[in-house]
This record gives sequence, C-alpha cells and structure tokens, in this order.
Amino acid sequence: MTETSSPQTGPRTGSFRIKLEPRLEEPPRWYPLVVSLAAILVALFFGGILIAFAGGDPFRSYAHIARASFGNIGVLSDTLVKATPILMTSLACSIAFRMKLWNIGAEGQFIMGAFGASAVVLAPIVPADTSPWIFIPVMIVAGMLMGALWGWIPGILKARFNVNEIISTLMLNYISISWINFWIFGVWSEGGFQMSPRFPDNAWLPRLLDYADSIPILRGLTTHAGLLLGIAAAFVLWLLIYRSRWGYEIRLIGDNPNAARYAGINISRNTILVMMVSGALAGLGGMSEITGVVHRLQTSPIAAGYGFTGIIVAWLSKLHPGVIIVVSVLFGALILAGREIQPSGVPKMIQGIILVCLIASDFLLRYRIRIVRAGSEE
Amino acid sequence: MDFIIILQAGVATGTVLLFATIGEIFSERAGVLNLGVEGMMLIGAMSAFSTTIATGNPWLGVLAAMFFAGLISQVHAFITITLQADQVVSGLALTFLGTGISLVLGEGLSKAGTVSLLPNFSIPLLSQIPLLGPIFFARQSILVYIGYLMIPLAWYYINRTRPGLHLRAVGEYPSAADALGINVFRMRYAYVFVGGTLAGLAGATISLAVAPGWFSELTTAGQGWIAIGLVIFAQWDPVRAAVGSYAFGALRRLILDIQGPTVLFGMANPFYYNPYWGFFLQMLPYAFTVIVLVIGSREAIRKRLGAPAALGTPYVRGERGL
Repeated sequence: MTETSSPQTGPRTGSFRIKLEPRLEEPPRWYPLVVSLAAILVALFFGGILIAFAGGDPFRSYAHIARASFGNIGVLSDTLVKATPILMTSLACSIAFRMKLWNIGAEGQFIMGAFGASAVVLAPIVPADTSPWIFIPVMIVAGMLMGALWGWIPGILKARFNVNEIISTLMLNYISISWINFWIFGVWSEGGFQMSPRFPDNAWLPRLLDYADSIPILRGLTTHAGLLLGIAAAFVLWLLIYRSRWGYEIRLIGDNPNAARYAGINISRNTILVMMVSGALAGLGGMSEITGVVHRLQTSPIAAGYGFTGIIVAWLSKLHPGVIIVVSVLFGALILAGREIQPSGVPKMIQGIILVCLIASDFLLRYRIRIVRAGSEE
Repeated sequence: MDFIIILQAGVATGTVLLFATIGEIFSERAGVLNLGVEGMMLIGAMSAFSTTIATGNPWLGVLAAMFFAGLISQVHAFITITLQADQVVSGLALTFLGTGISLVLGEGLSKAGTVSLLPNFSIPLLSQIPLLGPIFFARQSILVYIGYLMIPLAWYYINRTRPGLHLRAVGEYPSAADALGINVFRMRYAYVFVGGTLAGLAGATISLAVAPGWFSELTTAGQGWIAIGLVIFAQWDPVRAAVGSYAFGALRRLILDIQGPTVLFGMANPFYYNPYWGFFLQMLPYAFTVIVLVIGSREAIRKRLGAPAALGTPYVRGERGL
C-alpha cells in the first residue's frame, strides 16, 4: 500500500511544523487497541452532536444505552441474545474480508440460513415429533447449506465472469428478502398473517430459562445455545485461518494476490470456497436466530440488519475471531438499548459514525505524526 | 395496461438512476470508487423533502439535497484521498453514515404531509412526435428534461474538453497528470463532490418528483447500488448509462403495473389472483442488475475495455507505479 512512500510535510503552524512520516517498524501491540478506542470515543462525540441536533439529549441517550444493556443479569442476557447473530455474521464477513473478498451479503445469507432451517420444519423435511437431537443438527445443516448456496452464487460469478462481488452480494440480499416474503405471505402463511406457524418445541434451541426448575437464578433468561454455536464457530475459524495451510493461502491471497498466483494457489477455487464458508457461517447465524429467538419465519426480526452490523464488527475487530466475540457483545448492547431510543435511527447512525472514525484512524497505524520545531531538522 | 404510460413513468423513474449513475461515473473517472451512493441519495432525498416542507420552495429543496449530499461525499474524499484508506470500506461506511443520519434527521418526516412539487410540463412540438413524443416529452417533471440535457453534456465534457481530459488523466495515470501540473488531490476532491451532488439530485428526484415523500430506507430501496452496477455496465460512458437507467426505470414501473389488471395477455393474471407471486417480480431489478454486470464484465474483457486504471488506488506522490 503506502509504506514505501517518502515523508510528507504538513502545513507550517507557527514555529512548529506537523510532519507525517510513514511507519517503517511495526507499532507496539497495544497501539492499535488504543487507536481503535480513541476512534470510538471520537465517534460517540460526533454522534452526540448529531443527536443533540435532532432534538435528543446525548448524555441521557448514552447513559440509557449502558443501563439498558448491562444494568442487570436480565438485560445482560438479552444483550447476549442480540450479540449471537452479530457474532456469526461478523465471523462470516471476517473470513471473506481476509481474502479481500467484499462479501456484503451476510444479510442475505443470514436470511437464507433462516429459510433453510424453517424449511426443515415447515416443508416438512423431518416429522414434527422428531427428537431434538436429530431435529437441531438437521436444521443446522440446512441453514448452513442455504447460506453456502447464497455465497456460492456471487463466488462463482466472481471467479468465472469477474463480476464485482459487492454489488452481486447486495443484490442477493434484496432477492432473499423477496424470497422469504413469498413463502410467508403465501405458502407458509399462518391464517393470512405475514408469518409462518410457530415451530414445535423440539425444534427450539435450548435456552437458559429451560433449566430454571433446577437452577432458579436462570428464570426468564433467554440466552440460547446459539451463543455456544457462535463461540465454537469462532474457535474453528481461528484454527482455520491461523493454524491451517488453507488459512495461510487465504491470507496470502488477501495480502498479495500476485505472490499467491506465482506460488501456484488457485485463486478462482479459493474465491468460491471462501464465499461458501462465509455464507455458511452467516446461514448458521440465521438458523440460530430463528430456532433460538423467533421460532417462526417472519421478515422483520430476521432481516433486521445483522449482516450489515457484522461488517462493522469484523472491521473493528481487525478480522480476528477472538476479538469479534467481545466486540459483538458491545454491538449487541448498542442494538438492544437502541430499540427504545428516540429518534429510532440513532443506533444505525452511531454504527456508521464508528465505522467512519475507525477507517480514518487506520491512518495513525500507517503514519506517525511528529511535531517538530521549525529549523531543527530531525 | 397502457405501455405508453408505463414507459413514460419509467423514464421518470429512470431519471433517478441516471443522475446517480452519471455522478458515480465522474467520481470513478477521477479514480475514486464511491460505494456510498445509496447513503448520499438518502441524505439528498431527506434534505430535499424537509427543506421543501420548511420553506415551501422545492427548488431550495433540490439545492439543499445537492449541497448536503456533496458535503457528506467529502467525508469519503478525506478518508480515501488524504488518509489513503481503502475505498471499498470507506464507501460502505459512507452508506451506513448517510442512512443513519438521514433516518435520525428525517424522523417524523414521513407524517409531515404533502409538499409543493417541482413542475411537470409538456414540450410543444416534440410531444407531438408519434410514440416517442408522449413517452419522453409529455407531462414530465422538469428534472427529467434536465436529465436529457445532462447526457450529452456529460459525454462532451468527459470526452471533448480540456478539463475532461484532465479528469481522465487523473483516473488513468495520476502520476503523469501530476507531472504535467494537474493537482491530482484537488481534482479528486472536486469530482467526488460532483458525484455527491448528483447523487443528492437523484435523491431529490425521488422525494420531490417520482415518488414524493419520505419513506425512510425504502425511499431509495437499493437504487444507489443499482446505479453502481450500471456504471460497470455503462463502461464509464454517460450515453450507455442513460440507456441502462431508462431501461431499469421502465422495468421498475412495469413490475408495479403488471399486478393491477385482472386479465393479462388474454389470460387470467396470476399476479392479481395470487398476489404473493408478485415477490418474484420484485426480485427482477436486482436479478437484472447481476445479469447486466455479467454482460458488462464479459464485454469489457472482450473489448479490452476496463475501469479507469487507477480506480480504487490512492495516489501517493513519489510512489512507483500508477
């Protein structure tokens, strides 16, 4: 990128001069973290100005977000419920982004994953009285397959026809929404309502409140097993990216596609495979959301923008699966608390501002700013 | 179904895409890929509508749309040109930012009532031409006519004028342009701004002419992304962009109108009797965008045409290569 550029000089300010120099050595390990946190603080500051401009009180909004998401064990559990789908979509984005494949379609792959899991119940693929030990694995496979299919399409279009994956994945997002609308308005509609019938209990992921009889403190806590699926997926993805030969190929293609090509790595094949894995992870998220929270196929809670939040979380976490788990929880909090905040667009806007500030702050990782006294060179 | 009326409305709908696509062509010709079109269009649609409600003057609304969308495009310009960040991620961030800000500042606008719209009129003589007259020149919004003027002007500017030559140089070979004394950084800022104002104009075209009102994210419904797809199909040429825009506009109208009549081509209309089949119709513009991308990409490979050579790469003085 720009590491090799020559030093640039900034404007003269008084007797001091701001000097930008490219960083030649790696910054210390804590440095990116501090820069990211500073970027978030700056983002919250700008967001506060805009909230005030729209007639809200920024301090009350932010205090409300903190209280309504971490205030007690009940809301903390709700925060984890919101964090689960974000965790899976941001894992999905992270593997694709690692290869510099801009999969913006986690939203659509998430929706298709939810559709795949629903089809198992509603088609039905397995009878309604099947044991959950069979039901849930079948739904996981169906959800991941549908997500992978929705990733395969832009993957093969990119590999065969060099079609820009950003636009094709986005278009598939819109198509997936129409697709599930077709099923819930028509085929699977329950009594003309825009939703499918409720799934039978044995197609539900276990939740903490299921064990409230033996452990009373769990009463009312809706955190479900999808969170464990997500954490397991994060671990597998970490092994895959950092500890496997294939992960090395993916990282090499992302960092230097020419070197990868000369090394004999098949880029087309990896494009398709990575898009499918990415889609499968997002599809797993859709499956976990529908069997853990919604329990029926319905458009608004499924197409709620988790795929887009996943992009931001992946970027904020520098594509590292472990960091993604933590950041997903923070964004789960933002979304949970944001539901009650007026005006209603605030969480979306804050996400946008955070992303902008983060990208801008990357500059500080690549350049160092030095203030030098005029006349005294170096 | 009256096809003349559908095509007439389709031209108006296509004008939205036309402005957004030509704006993106300017930005990309200067070497800056701006994926924030959707966000900028929403900013434009929101500020056009709210300004018109506040002042009663739709022209002020159009100006506000162009100004504020241009303003927010400069966020992308600063991040990608000065801070040299990745243009793809920054463009996505701009979409989030524009969507979020327009939702917050547009809160309550959807119930704000009706506004005075931009004038519609027919052009004498031209509207008498059989077939083409009623489609292109009868009872159209003034913005549609501005769109007609913009196509040849944009083509002429890019291909036949000195500033247009500089624009292409900055996008194809910035270090050569720099050596010739063209200020690459200033030019890129300027054309990102032009792209922003045109995206804002596209937003204003929706909220003040084609589908008046503010319907939060559904106001644009992904048209900003379709515009980015059309730029590739158009191979960065305003005339081809116009063809694509009007075709997509007509398709959008056709999808709305095909579900109305009880009888279609002498048969019972399946979309009328089973309304949920209409969801397949709603997929069409997005599916066609993908198809158009396939066609555009194949053709570009065959003709060895391509994107502006420096598209997507920041310009750093003194760095080797482009």
